[in-house]
Amino acid sequence: MKLQLMAQVNSFMAALVLIAAFAMLAQRKIKSLVALFAWQGLFLSINTAVVGLVAAKHHLYISSLLTLSLKVILLPYILHVLVARLKIRNEIETIVNIPTTMLIGIAIVIFSYHLTAPVREMSTLITRSTLAVALASVMIGLLMMITRKHAVTQIIGFLAMENGLFFAATSATYGMPLVVELGVALDVLIAAFIFGIFFFQISTTFDSLNVEQMKNLREDN
Amino acid sequence: MKPLRYILIEILQVFIVIAVAPAFSGWVDMLKCWSQGRTSAGVLQPYRDIAKLFVKNVVLAHNASWIFRFTPYLVFGTCVVVGSVIPIISMNLFLASSADIIVLIAVFATARFFTALAGMDIGTAFGGMGSSREMMIASLTEPAILMAIFTVSLAGRSTSLLHIVHAFASGALGLRPSIVFASTAFILVVIAEAGRIPVDNPSTHLELTMIHEAMILEYSGRHLALIQWGSMIRFFLFVTLGIACFLPWGIAATDNAGEVAISVFLMVIKLGVIGVVLVLIETGLAKMRLFRLTEFLGAAFLMATLGVISSIILE
Amino acid sequence: MTLLVLIITPFVLALVLAFIGDRRFAPEVNILGSFLTFMASVALALDVYRYGPIIAGGKFFFVDAFSVYLSVLTAFVSMTTAVFSRRYMQREREHGRVGHVHMRFYHAMFQMFTFAMLLCLLTNNIGVLWIAMELATLSTVLLVSLYRTPNAIEAAWKYFILCGVGIAQALFGTVLLYFAAEKIIGEGGEALLWTNLIEVSGRLEPTILSLAFVFLVVGYGTKVGLVPLHNWLPDAHSEGPTPISAVLSGLLLNVALYALVRCKVLVDGSTHTHYAGNIMMGFGIISILVASFSIFRQKDIKRMFSYSSIEHMGIATFAFGLGGSIATFGALLHMLMHSLTKSSIFFTVGHACQMHRTQEIAKIKGLFKGDSFVGWTLMLGAMAIAGMPPFGIFTSEFLIFTAAIKDVPLLTPFILIGLGVAFAGLLRKVQYMVSGDVPSYSKPLPAARTPVILHMVLVLILAFYMPNFLNKWFQTAVELLR
Repeated sequence: MKLQLMAQVNSFMAALVLIAAFAMLAQRKIKSLVALFAWQGLFLSINTAVVGLVAAKHHLYISSLLTLSLKVILLPYILHVLVARLKIRNEIETIVNIPTTMLIGIAIVIFSYHLTAPVREMSTLITRSTLAVALASVMIGLLMMITRKHAVTQIIGFLAMENGLFFAATSATYGMPLVVELGVALDVLIAAFIFGIFFFQISTTFDSLNVEQMKNLREDN
Repeated sequence: MKPLRYILIEILQVFIVIAVAPAFSGWVDMLKCWSQGRTSAGVLQPYRDIAKLFVKNVVLAHNASWIFRFTPYLVFGTCVVVGSVIPIISMNLFLASSADIIVLIAVFATARFFTALAGMDIGTAFGGMGSSREMMIASLTEPAILMAIFTVSLAGRSTSLLHIVHAFASGALGLRPSIVFASTAFILVVIAEAGRIPVDNPSTHLELTMIHEAMILEYSGRHLALIQWGSMIRFFLFVTLGIACFLPWGIAATDNAGEVAISVFLMVIKLGVIGVVLVLIETGLAKMRLFRLTEFLGAAFLMATLGVISSIILE
Repeated sequence: MTLLVLIITPFVLALVLAFIGDRRFAPEVNILGSFLTFMASVALALDVYRYGPIIAGGKFFFVDAFSVYLSVLTAFVSMTTAVFSRRYMQREREHGRVGHVHMRFYHAMFQMFTFAMLLCLLTNNIGVLWIAMELATLSTVLLVSLYRTPNAIEAAWKYFILCGVGIAQALFGTVLLYFAAEKIIGEGGEALLWTNLIEVSGRLEPTILSLAFVFLVVGYGTKVGLVPLHNWLPDAHSEGPTPISAVLSGLLLNVALYALVRCKVLVDGSTHTHYAGNIMMGFGIISILVASFSIFRQKDIKRMFSYSSIEHMGIATFAFGLGGSIATFGALLHMLMHSLTKSSIFFTVGHACQMHRTQEIAKIKGLFKGDSFVGWTLMLGAMAIAGMPPFGIFTSEFLIFTAAIKDVPLLTPFILIGLGVAFAGLLRKVQYMVSGDVPSYSKPLPAARTPVILHMVLVLILAFYMPNFLNKWFQTAVELLR
């Protein structure tokens, strides 16, 4: 019974992660985007802890704490400070309009479901069905990076992809070995510093963080 | 288990639907007045409005066709028909076995179709505008509501409302993401269908923003009364449909009189709470621009579709 | 022990150089450290040569013929690049293109990059392999934007974003791989160890591995610069400092290909088909064709040679995909030759660009007259990279071509077209640059000759004479990759 409840909590968290992914896709305001990213991280963190409880895998608690500190607190804080420091205007343009992006998002979810079918068939873990959601949130992060012209949204898309990957590791295999999890977290942290530097470089060189301006290096010139 | 009892309960329910619907609208309006710090006209105000309209004369345009005259009766009639099959106070309705959920939506759509025709019948600018807007919204809400309902049908393994209610009221369903998605979508759709803020504002006659009001601008007297009453019933029915799908606990499963009484009592409480929720949503939001509606209803569709998908993926 | 020295030296060096900053002796420390790394790699290679594959550090490190050969290559090229960059970066400072902070950053990150690549090659854990690969990107991304020009920042941003996205796919692939392996090996770190994976590869679930390979090929393929995932590559190579172009082109692409090949071996071992190989062959052919036609259209010299890198990576990927002993041997040789030749070309190109203060092909002229050393080495380098007979690339391409004719005769015309077009494109443009009169804005500058000569001589020698130990290495590596 307890196991069943945990499985339900797990799939519920997966649903919330997916909602957060879609909400990020629909969101025009950068500040809300950062907040949504933090929420997604929180759902992930809770989910990881729950899975850790169910599977009695103690290293998942560490991953959960790591997610909490890195993706719920530190990264959103850094992004928030950067957004404030760089005085970013509120609304972001999208290349594709939002309802269309949503429809593409739905298509992505269905696609991911089909793609992960072999894993679902083989796996015996209670989390196996959430792998589709994980892959979908990776792909939705990618979609966000493609359809937004703004450096900050691209980075948030990148980090959302990273969230999805972490989720995938938790749901397919109860988490990667701790060495790998720590290494990935370290890479994300370094990446955070690098994009921080980048934001400043871009905004001082181009006067805004709109990456549309960066199209000198095209093959058609 | 006598058929007579079925029929009695059935009659009771139809009576309740017709009689209570204006009170529910009045309740929502009253809460809204309170939340905005105004003095309300009370729960009974819709009854007075309807009564007032019934005693007035009907003024018809010269070129009004039979569609224009026929539509109010059709609207009211469809609402009564739907009201007779949704399990509101009991699952043992005489007609409940015919309550296929897709049929219900189609019946509502018929009423809407005729309202839109009637809006264009006279040939005034506002009527046509209202009709076109109404149909635009309909084209977005109907897929969403169907998707939301498919989610529920997947859980109940049937499109018959009766089966769904049975499945939900009896089984321990626990935390189901798909139902959360579907109910969110349903709330959004109800807001749109009932023509409330942020989609439409029922209390405005400002030509740029009105949608439903624009269609029925030419109606007067008992026709208007029927249409208004009909739309109150429609609103009521959508809410009860939501209750039947997502909060069915307490709906009487037997034809025991006591149980039916409890069921009625619970229904009143649920309706009261839902009224509060709706008003909170309404006062928290501003009316949207018409072209933003696609996003609002797109979100509803998205939620509903995610509901279907997650019931397949996650459950 | 040697292994530890090899892996730790660059890391410590990175810290030391970050501390030293822009002191006068920083470049010398850089060179000295790189030399130490190189010696350690040679010592390690000797160990492997003598005693066979080494597993060390609680199975964390694993060195076999394939990885040790690439480690030596990595250490060697980063050493010669360090030598080259001493003069080059000094001059960039004089031209005012970089400042104090940048120099500190440059040296530290250069060593960090070497460290990341060596970690990629030496680790036994495919998860750590992924992490090191990402680290290699991150350490070079700010080096690409070192000049802070709009173009440089754009290139670096593209590099950061595209490689980030790509590598994320590779992580998903790794998760799937772990999922498949966990079933057989059991949970925990053991299931990610290459040595364990290869043992049980026949028992891994083929459908999962096929799925994983799609993600892995997209992920690591982005880093290899396979068309159509190559968009970042020409930009990053052309806008960064030339030493960075040299190491990106000569080393990073190799290491990424190494990762891809490791995965391919696992996947083909599991599916018992030629599935992964076919995918790689497809990517290879497309890369060869697209890159060689792009060479024709380039106006920027570094961009042109970066397309040539894509082309050669395409050839190597194709050959690895083809499999079989001759093709694999050819691919290994090709990676070696391409690294040496391409980095030496970038050295000379760097000089030419500094002399003319531009990277535009149209403005670089009269290298034979202006500086005959740069002119001739550029010409010879271009001939070598285009696959002219006396050089090593001819040998490797010949091997690959022979294998292709035998196994996939229908694809050979495409390779031939690609090679021919690249040949014509490269030589036409290079010939234009080396001949003619010296333009007025060109100033003669002393060139760092040692690295260029070293590379060219190696390429030339290896074409005629393959030392026994190298031959044996390659043979062992070929055996490993079957």
